[in-house]
Amino acid sequence: MKKNEVPQDESCLSKVNIKEVVYAVDEQGNYDKTLSSGWETKNKVLNESLELIEERLKETKEALLAGTASPIAYYMELHRMDVTILASYVGFWKFKVKRHLRPKVFARLKKRTLKKYAEVFDISVSELKNPKV
Amino acid sequence: MKIDFQHNQSAHCENGVVSNLLHHNGLELSEPMIFGIGSGAFFIYLPFIKVNFAPAFSFRPVPGFIFSRVSKRLGFKIKRIKFKSKSKAQQVLDRELAQNNPVGLQVGVYNLTYFPDEYRFHFNAHNLVVYGKEEDTYLISDPVMPEVTTLTVKELEKVRFAKGAFAPKGHIYYPTALPKKFKLEKAIVKGIKQTCKHMLAPVPVVGVKGILYVSKKIRTWPNKIGVKKTNHYLGQLVRMQEEIGTGGGGFRFIYAAFLQEASQILALPRLNELSREMTAIGDLWRDFAIDASRLYKNRSKETDAYNKVADKLETIALKEKAFYQELKKAVSTL
Repeated sequence: MKKNEVPQDESCLSKVNIKEVVYAVDEQGNYDKTLSSGWETKNKVLNESLELIEERLKETKEALLAGTASPIAYYMELHRMDVTILASYVGFWKFKVKRHLRPKVFARLKKRTLKKYAEVFDISVSELKNPKV
Repeated sequence: MKIDFQHNQSAHCENGVVSNLLHHNGLELSEPMIFGIGSGAFFIYLPFIKVNFAPAFSFRPVPGFIFSRVSKRLGFKIKRIKFKSKSKAQQVLDRELAQNNPVGLQVGVYNLTYFPDEYRFHFNAHNLVVYGKEEDTYLISDPVMPEVTTLTVKELEKVRFAKGAFAPKGHIYYPTALPKKFKLEKAIVKGIKQTCKHMLAPVPVVGVKGILYVSKKIRTWPNKIGVKKTNHYLGQLVRMQEEIGTGGGGFRFIYAAFLQEASQILALPRLNELSREMTAIGDLWRDFAIDASRLYKNRSKETDAYNKVADKLETIALKEKAFYQELKKAVSTL
């Protein structure tokens, strides 16, 4: 990549005034650090991934309101987690966390268990029980 | 307390942390130099590890390896500590800072408050330097940021004890026992040789073979897992290739910069030629990214488009294969 080819598109980084370092060659073919404000191609890829997260969140929200998913499922998606990550945060086995995503199981959870989840999601237990969606 | 520490923005977090920490200890090495000596150019495809609902691809070795190799090859030691206890982790950090020793930390990205929201993923292989503490705020030098920044005690604890794949477990590290003299030439050659070995490894998911394997997978994904998932997987590959820290083109440009520097140090003009070749390969990776990202628009089941992208990746793999064979030859007598 040549220095004058380093993309200077707008990006979520440039919005907060961050430029990233890329390596590019000058006219003489010598390498140097160059700053890039962003690249349209990267935006596309990043947006796709964010859209997917949004979509999953929307679906889970609907499932929560329909009573087919527990608030834990909702907050898990809200924090961009999957079962594996959530399980390692709360310190339970994966199959246990999976069970907790079911509203019926969730309703029977002990306060101690709920507290663990609430801490991970940085909310109170009552908020976990009555999520603000 | 604030340690007099020079923050230098770099492309990749680990190289940057190492380069900045070594600079602080009186050892001048550029980011590409660290990357090259530490055999940073790499490729691996891990279909069973899911990151953000897609398989993991990596263009660099496991976090920490680059620094370990650099230390071994230049002959200094690294003190590394991981913790079970959060309070112990903080105690050790505070103790080192009190001794005027800036330290590297492995952290999770998700709770890094100074990153834009778009970049907050559960990715645990980020690195930064802590160079001071003022009341309950830590002074942070994150090498991918243009300027130094800060994190509160609570915020830092959160990122040090992020969970999931590659959980940092409070991982703290810093160089010790730095030698007065070191053999840079030898270290460079060793770094190059290992890179060739890795990239030409006879393992299906590693190096050139790994790239080939992924290109084959891209051909079957649309029918097997559907277009949407395929796009997401491709997106993951492109993100790993281009995201903050790679310096563009999946680290290929940093590696080319290293070869150029190495060519001067070793007085080996051939390496400069190979640097130009690596630059061309990096450009191909950029083209691949552009083509892959264009696929999002047509969500049709047209496998032809995916085959074309796969072809591109295959070409890259074959070019890299030839490249590393040549590179191996170029340093074989050294």
